[in-house]
Amino acid sequence: MNGRPELDRFLATDPRDVGCAKAMELLHVYAELVAAGGPAEQRYPGIAAHLRACGPCGEDFDGLLAAVHGDTH
Amino acid sequence: MPGWPYLGSIVTVGENGTLRGTPVTAARLDAESAEWLRALTGAGSQREAALARLHELLVRIARGEVRRRGPRLRITGPELDDLAYQAAADAMLAITAKVGQFRGESRFTTWAYKFVIFDVSAKIGRHFWRNPAVPLDAEDWDRLPGRFGFEPAQEAEWRDLLAALRRAMDEVLTPRQRQVFVAIVLNDVPLDSLVLSLASNRNAIYKTLFDARRKLRVALAANGYIGDDPSRSS
Repeated sequence: MNGRPELDRFLATDPRDVGCAKAMELLHVYAELVAAGGPAEQRYPGIAAHLRACGPCGEDFDGLLAAVHGDTH
Repeated sequence: MPGWPYLGSIVTVGENGTLRGTPVTAARLDAESAEWLRALTGAGSQREAALARLHELLVRIARGEVRRRGPRLRITGPELDDLAYQAAADAMLAITAKVGQFRGESRFTTWAYKFVIFDVSAKIGRHFWRNPAVPLDAEDWDRLPGRFGFEPAQEAEWRDLLAALRRAMDEVLTPRQRQVFVAIVLNDVPLDSLVLSLASNRNAIYKTLFDARRKLRVALAANGYIGDDPSRSS
């Protein structure tokens, strides 16, 4: 049954997850750090954990990163 | 582009448009961001020109963002373009109202883009309710096997697991957690859309779903249906 690992992953929660409010507050800082090749995940593990788990914030992050990259490429 | 070493610069803009550094001054900003701040907090034709330039920039970012998300949306053509223009207009208002809160932690444009990206998200969330695929209070259990990639040929194996999940939902979730879990997981309501229908905010709904996931996982693990959460074992 292939679905068990997917359900397992979905139900898993990371205690470092900072939640949407904090992630949204610092998203511009995090995105710029990622775009610059900086240690974003090490510096902000709680935001990294959140972006992996939260679809809407992950989508916003992807969009912001694309916008930043569009400025630089 | 400017790299991450300048992160942490704290710059505020006074009511008269002057920059106050605490403790870092505007000199720590990259030149382009400092110019944006100077122009937007100034007056006259320079401010008007900066506002026009900012609007143009926000429209470009909003259009790029709706194009990026477009293939996954039930919105197309002129409607998608309208959404981008509305998002840019709303972001413009928010940015000009909050420019004094820009702390120089990133380039000014990155900070500004964040507003328009959030506005695109919010407008897409709102659009969902124009033609929702399912009523909010429905419970579409049939979609769950597909949602988690359970194969029909192996139904005998996963039927028990899903029955246990359903029992756990009834036994361990609060009514609010159940409502949020059903809407997002069973009915595929986007989180941002659910935020609107429950008059809540993204953080609160995410936290409710987070707690529901954690409780369901504990319940399923206690009965041997799935393993212990590896993130909690250390």
